[in-house]
Amino acid sequence: MANMPQPMAARVSIHCHDFDLGAEVAALRAGDSAVGAVASFIGTVRDRNGGAAGEVSAMELEHYPGMTEKSIEAMIDEAIARFDIRAARVVHRVGLLMPGDQIVLVAVTSAHRSQAFQACEFLMDYLKTQAPFWKKETTAGGARWVDARVADDAALARWGIQADNAAGRAA
Amino acid sequence: MKVQVRYFASLREALGPQETVDLAAGSSLGALRDQLIASSPRHADMLARSRALRGAINQVMGDDSSPVPEGAEVAFFPPVTGG
Repeated sequence: MANMPQPMAARVSIHCHDFDLGAEVAALRAGDSAVGAVASFIGTVRDRNGGAAGEVSAMELEHYPGMTEKSIEAMIDEAIARFDIRAARVVHRVGLLMPGDQIVLVAVTSAHRSQAFQACEFLMDYLKTQAPFWKKETTAGGARWVDARVADDAALARWGIQADNAAGRAA
Repeated sequence: MKVQVRYFASLREALGPQETVDLAAGSSLGALRDQLIASSPRHADMLARSRALRGAINQVMGDDSSPVPEGAEVAFFPPVTGG
């Protein structure tokens, strides 16, 4: 069995349940002895969004099934083309989340740290403005859709990709 | 030609998850948006040009000039806010 080719592990997962950073990184590194660096990012639900602590009591995440996976797969292809990385993994949760919950994981392996750090940040910047997810916050005053931020477009622009997500235009 | 139009987030709440639209062959995404705007006051409000919205054709982001092929799955939604 040891010589059987390994099935290609999923690079993108979208689901409601939580994820485990340790298990995800272990799976990403498994069987690749050329890996010398792992960079990861986890985004979590905050209990505030420009207001008082505790103002946000819950967050609902909606997505576009099919397009979400396809768009993130394309982002990983782009990261592989731009950076000298070994593997990348993106996990994004949807559904009802609470403050403190994990939302998103991006993990990248490479031979040396610089490429892993850069590819991880590139993937997050890309995902923030181009992957079809929408957040809705619950507050004491009711539920509200979260506004896109121009700063996130500027973050992607650093990589030479013009993004006008906040203005409602295609990249 | 017929195209399927899907809505997400605030647009889905106001207009429903999807509808089938008859569209002139060779139309662009922008022309489809204008046709939808003309279809009802609620569409006119939610898809108004003053609103920042994004569109996708067959699950790839597009813009006003993107051509809409026959049988396409088109989607309109607010700027994305994941991550």
